[in-house]
Amino acid sequence: MSTLPTSFGDSAVMLRRNFRHSVRNPITVFQAVLLPVILMLMFVYVFGGAIKVKGTYIDYAVPGLMVMALTYGLGPTAAAVNDDMTKGIINRFKSMDVSHGAVMIGHVVSTTVRGLIANAVIIGLGFAMGFRPHASALQWIAAIGLMLLLGFAVSWLTVAMGLAAKSVESAGMATVPLILLPFLSSAFVPADTMVAGVRQFAEYQPFTPIIETLRGLLSGGHVSTGDAVAAVAWSLGLGIVGYVWAVSTFKKRA
Amino acid sequence: MSNSEIAVTGLRKTFGDKVVLDGIDFEVAAGSVFSLLGPNGAGKTTTVNILATLMKADAGTVRVAGHDVAAETKAVRAAIGVTGQFAAVDEPLTGRENLQLMADLKRVRPSAQVVDGLLERFDLVESAGKAASTYSGGMRRKLDLAMTLVGSPRIIFLDEPTTGLDPRSRRTMWDIVRELVAEGTTIFLTTQYLEEADQLADRIAVLDQGRLVAQGTPEELKRLVPGTHVRLRFADPGDLETAERVLDGATRDNQELTLRVPSDGKSRSLRELLDKLDEHTIDAEEFSVHTPDLDDVFLALTGHASTEVIAK
Repeated sequence: MSTLPTSFGDSAVMLRRNFRHSVRNPITVFQAVLLPVILMLMFVYVFGGAIKVKGTYIDYAVPGLMVMALTYGLGPTAAAVNDDMTKGIINRFKSMDVSHGAVMIGHVVSTTVRGLIANAVIIGLGFAMGFRPHASALQWIAAIGLMLLLGFAVSWLTVAMGLAAKSVESAGMATVPLILLPFLSSAFVPADTMVAGVRQFAEYQPFTPIIETLRGLLSGGHVSTGDAVAAVAWSLGLGIVGYVWAVSTFKKRA
Repeated sequence: MSNSEIAVTGLRKTFGDKVVLDGIDFEVAAGSVFSLLGPNGAGKTTTVNILATLMKADAGTVRVAGHDVAAETKAVRAAIGVTGQFAAVDEPLTGRENLQLMADLKRVRPSAQVVDGLLERFDLVESAGKAASTYSGGMRRKLDLAMTLVGSPRIIFLDEPTTGLDPRSRRTMWDIVRELVAEGTTIFLTTQYLEEADQLADRIAVLDQGRLVAQGTPEELKRLVPGTHVRLRFADPGDLETAERVLDGATRDNQELTLRVPSDGKSRSLRELLDKLDEHTIDAEEFSVHTPDLDDVFLALTGHASTEVIAK
């Protein structure tokens, strides 16, 4: 894997730039939260009663919604990365010797932070709707750590997709699989209630062990070692793939 | 030459099987304005991109600010500023924030002073707090150039800085370029407009299909093309003949019934010309003043019009 020469100072400047973009365009945070919130209302108040889970349905649903809050916010990042590449601004940065890493890290960190803010909104609203986690302080830290890891992973992947996309529109579309995958996981219904085929897919796709681990941590209950290892491995794997893909695409394009 | 800020020899660049730059050579003296003139697709932007370290050459050597662009990229980048063809401003940020971003990346301190100075100089103080996305084309270009000037680069590349601007904004850009030169900055400018090169450049090179077809001072180049002249069209061949006799240096075209008279195009000489026609009671059907433009230069230098190149 190639090493990325990154100047810490440049990264901080670029991160400030990306934060400013988010503040100027609060709709991006709104977009990350809006659909998960609607889903939360629908599943908890409409469908939830018909789904059999251990404990209350809201306790079951919140972990999946947290993961969705991370992925729903990715579209604007892919579009923004693509915008940077297609407009002249990337050439300006390049001719100023701003490191490639700094440009990407600005996007990755600001996207991750946005995802965590969306997560906080989901948890806060969840509390208002009766979400009662029983996690210890240590389990909370582990849960937040897992979200942070997953946030970085999908952000790198998204930056790579934004770099690889031909246009701003297709960049936004590229993140759709990351948005849809949680539906085919144990986010809303236990995987073992699904039909054969879908069930196997749900069991072996990355988001199920991540959601199961999160669910175990927040309920203060037992987390299976298999799920925990799979969750961390998937997150690391996705992140590494995203990182390598992003770095190599950046070199090709700019 | 020891005082060249830019020295290019045998520069070649190919995209796929399309030869964009077919071995070009030129030098730019420190503190001068060098203009690369040519139609769309001639290779101007490719040249700028290579000189500004944004693209690698296939062959040839390029030295900018005394450094090789391929081997000493960092040193070159530290000395240059680039304003591309499309204004590279960060749209969600305000004008002030855009300049601040540049100052932060270039570690210019104290930055507030530099930013304020540039806003004032480019007449952007009033819009400094507005997002760049709300700026007009002319304001964007001004902000873009102001961003390039943060950190006072020695050499500035301007790729078609006035394309698409209204005449007034174009004048403003020209004034800014002149100020920069007065401060000792070396300017590399590409343009499609002969007038622009004529106004600003100390030396002009004409690029056509990847080759430099001419190089020299504006005066030298203009000597190559038919100068400013007056064209007169007559309804009657008799009038044409009389007019040819009384007007100095006139050349006629019997097919078109037109007469070409060299002139400087100024009102005084035009009045004299018209007075002469009056004296001999000759009426011209049509009267027009022609100044040489890029097409004339191209026709004279390459035998084809600049628009034909675009079509290829």
